[in-house]
Amino acid sequence: MRRIALYDRHVTAGARMVEFAGWEMPVQYGGVREEHMAVREQCGIFDVSHMGQIETVGPGAQALLQRLLSNDVEAMPGGGAQYALLCRDDGGVLDDLFTYRLASDRFLTVTNAANHVRDLQWWRTHAGGFDADVRDRIDDYAMLAVQGPEARELVQQLADFPLAPRHTAASNRLAGAGVLVCGTGYTGEDGVELLLAPGDAPRVWDELVRRGATPAGLAARDTLRLEACFHLYGNDLSLERNPIEAGLGWCCKEDTGFIGAPAVRAVRAAGPPERLVAFAIDGPGIARQGNPVVGGGVVTSGTLSPCLGVGVGLAYVPAVRAAVGAPLEIDVRGKIRRATVRDKPLYRKAA
Amino acid sequence: MADASYPADLLYHPEHDWARVAPDPADPAHPEATLGITWYAQDQLGEIVFCEPPAIGTLLAQGEPYAEVESVKAVSDVIAPLSGEIVAVNDTLTEEPEKLNDDPYGEGWLVRIRLTDPGEREELLDAAAYLASLG
Repeated sequence: MRRIALYDRHVTAGARMVEFAGWEMPVQYGGVREEHMAVREQCGIFDVSHMGQIETVGPGAQALLQRLLSNDVEAMPGGGAQYALLCRDDGGVLDDLFTYRLASDRFLTVTNAANHVRDLQWWRTHAGGFDADVRDRIDDYAMLAVQGPEARELVQQLADFPLAPRHTAASNRLAGAGVLVCGTGYTGEDGVELLLAPGDAPRVWDELVRRGATPAGLAARDTLRLEACFHLYGNDLSLERNPIEAGLGWCCKEDTGFIGAPAVRAVRAAGPPERLVAFAIDGPGIARQGNPVVGGGVVTSGTLSPCLGVGVGLAYVPAVRAAVGAPLEIDVRGKIRRATVRDKPLYRKAA
Repeated sequence: MADASYPADLLYHPEHDWARVAPDPADPAHPEATLGITWYAQDQLGEIVFCEPPAIGTLLAQGEPYAEVESVKAVSDVIAPLSGEIVAVNDTLTEEPEKLNDDPYGEGWLVRIRLTDPGEREELLDAAAYLASLG
């Protein structure tokens, strides 16, 4: 089991540690709902150092990524951030990832922990013929997500520069440490993600916690992302699911010729048999991953929404029953629970 | 959340359940028992957000699941420490499942049963033995 740089900090803060993709990670500190609400209302800080990084560098780096990633990498400006899928030839999803353009010929891609080794191999398998270096940077970076309405203000106090706006990234100094500050997140709140040397992570963590950021674990990260309807690889995305049925056609630009583009184009044209929908349970009960939808389909993520107070989730259902407002029946361990297809995201901050 | 405790007047099942057996003068051969989950169980689960107790009249078999409790993250079966028929259920848990965390041996009780095989009590642990089993 691998230990993140902040392991001792988490244990001291009362975290319950769990194994996740070979790493010992904090799943919760005081309580999931408290951490969830801290992110919705003030500021939470997550250690997501288990996530991997791949650097692609060289004159052919852009062309290689254009081939690998589903989005239009060429359209990403310097300092830009872009979400994309990594697909197989058949359109099955290998991973979903954010890529940051650090320079015209240098990119950093953040991988899901459980997929990192496979992604890296995929990168290297396809790098032949491109004038680009593929570097595994997983050991070089710790990663902190600082999220919530007060997150930017809090991080800004440590910085001598204006923070990178949403969907951009910039290398700068934070509390004396070199940090890549990214205007991204996985909670549906404003905030930043910080990529920094593992040795600097404890100091930056301490500074942010001291200024009021609430340590939050993977459990709250999951309830937050689910309210925001962000996909979780392994739950809502897999090799068996096409980007179109997952509702991710918006980040697939088939004209770029990425691996899997013809398959994605075909599904887009024909319409997928199933679609990933957000739902809320009408009464009591919580649907969970793997619960069947009556008449076809399956729940891929489910939890109790701390903000809405009801069971919510994501499910693949037949396309004819995927419209917002459509009634669903979910078999929750033998009990039929009525649910309704909801608009995404499930939770939206009142303006 | 309450501090760790394992009251001495309870019997414990190794799957983290307790039983409080009360003699019934009217039917001494079939006493009643109140059942619930231990402090350790609720601590492992974290904040319990959903619990729907089974219906009165349901038959419980020792060692078999008879209810589910859910935290934000996961569902767990509740195991019957003793066999019997449910005579009362704690309906307040439907609205206030957090009682399972706040007061696992009091307001967080789950069901009351009339024992069908009181001899099964011999197989349960006392507080000291249960505590030792937690390691």
